Amino acid sequence: MKILVCISQVPDTTTKIAFADNNTHFNTQGVTFIINPYDEWYGLVRALELKEAGAATAVHLVTVGKADAEPVIRKALALGGDEAIRIDCDSNDTYMTAAQIAEFAKTGGYDLVLCGKESIDYNNGSVGGMIAELLDMNYVGFAAKIDFAGNTATVTREIDGGEETDACDLPLVVSCQKGMAEARIPNMRGIMAARTKPLKVVAPAAINALSTIVGYEMPPAKTGVKMIAADNMDELVNLLHTEAKVI
Amino acid sequence: MSVIVLAEHAQGVFKKKSLEAVQYAAQIAKAMGTGVTAIAMGNVAEAEMQSLGMYGAQKVLHATDARLDNFNSRAYTKVLVAAAQQEGAKVIVGLHDTTGRAVMPRVAARLQAGMVAGAVSYPDLSNGFVVKKNVFSGKAFAYVNVTSDIKVIGLMPNTFAVVKGEGSATVSNLSVSLSDADFSVKVLQVNKASGSIPLSEAELVVSGGRGMKGPENWYVLEDLAKELGAATACSRPVADSHWRPHGEHVGQTGGTIRPNLYIAVGISGAIQHLAGVNGSKTIVVINKDPEAPFFKAADYGVIGDAMEVVPKLTEAVKKFKASHS
Repeated sequence: MKILVCISQVPDTTTKIAFADNNTHFNTQGVTFIINPYDEWYGLVRALELKEAGAATAVHLVTVGKADAEPVIRKALALGGDEAIRIDCDSNDTYMTAAQIAEFAKTGGYDLVLCGKESIDYNNGSVGGMIAELLDMNYVGFAAKIDFAGNTATVTREIDGGEETDACDLPLVVSCQKGMAEARIPNMRGIMAARTKPLKVVAPAAINALSTIVGYEMPPAKTGVKMIAADNMDELVNLLHTEAKVI
Repeated sequence: MSVIVLAEHAQGVFKKKSLEAVQYAAQIAKAMGTGVTAIAMGNVAEAEMQSLGMYGAQKVLHATDARLDNFNSRAYTKVLVAAAQQEGAKVIVGLHDTTGRAVMPRVAARLQAGMVAGAVSYPDLSNGFVVKKNVFSGKAFAYVNVTSDIKVIGLMPNTFAVVKGEGSATVSNLSVSLSDADFSVKVLQVNKASGSIPLSEAELVVSGGRGMKGPENWYVLEDLAKELGAATACSRPVADSHWRPHGEHVGQTGGTIRPNLYIAVGISGAIQHLAGVNGSKTIVVINKDPEAPFFKAADYGVIGDAMEVVPKLTEAVKKFKASHS
């Protein structure tokens, strides 16, 4: 089984978000970029576990981005994986990102494509489903567990108010979330090895974006908290009813 | 030209968030000068489908194959694409939930349609097709202009209040031939917590953090949630310590929710947690530390120990309910 893991670079979770150029661009100045946690902790680490267990023969990493995405993909290689591919284009459109990965994946003979359930910057969670459709593969979203018996995967995924266990055959695309694998920290050997692992740069396919971000906005600031004495919960309930009108 | 919307149901009853999606699609259709057709999958009664008319659907197309009672991304995609083609749909609406997020991207890719996942506004048609959505896990909003001919929208549940109106939808069967290959993902087992309110569609949420000290103290939050008819949630350290199931974790690396009321108990309010909940309409923070950063993001604050304050709040809610029933 050959696995492709989709890696996205995102601002560190503690980043204070700011915009530039009249709120039309995300201001990346001073921002530290990390591997999207869902891609790293769940997608990538599960792929590595499957390889270590002998279920996978190769783990390749793919990212869609310009050269500034390379430090993050090297970090991912430090955790593990045999080689990485960077598709050399800047994409803020889910279809464009998915179609670029799908075009590349067609040539690689991958049996399993893993991605995070969403990236923590644009929160779409759509790339996995789109790749599955473009490659005519099965798709299971929000998976918390995946195991294999030969060509058949058993996947546990989140559904409304519970979970469901599915069986399906490869080839398969899975979006991963908490539960998939335990987080790992790269060790010095991994970091050294990552320096010499192949990082191929692939030219993008001719695909048009189907959407563009035209502006950003910060949520309205709260006007100030109203403090209520701990022994006056009747007052809180009264305010929630008459002022906030939520109960 | 029309607007179509996937109306999800559970055991034959349309979910509240689906009524919201139908109403949302109807508003878009109205703005575009066209009608809305809802798509229903599997076993659901005629009268239930007709009732979608009260939320603005003129028509319901019913894909009757009983295998559709279980969600399957390939089969649902096939049905929605067939419906979109039959209706000449220019806008396809679903929900930004576990079902919608698994099927809408497939539909979008099949139709080469641009997609907005997690929409929190109606499209602004005055200069393109611009929809507002959450980005950076709730820390900001982006305005996305969809430039393709067909557009797909995943509506964030609990964005708009559902208003029941008048009307009855016309129901007809949608003929789609589904093969075994369309059901290649087989459901082996379903585990649902019975009686609990799914977090993603809860209007009221009671949430606990590390300040609760341990899972044995959760009963005070559960009592309050029960009294309010609220769902329960938690912060990341709580889920990581296995005090509560992962599904309850809200925040940057957990779920993003936007209930009408979010009561945070013993949660300090780290930036990552706020990201997942700051779309809540009203936030109440209960914390014994007056310096907790969460108070800055709250509408109402109470300084005090959870084990003392929460039971008092539960009593106050009980009293309120008795006097308002």
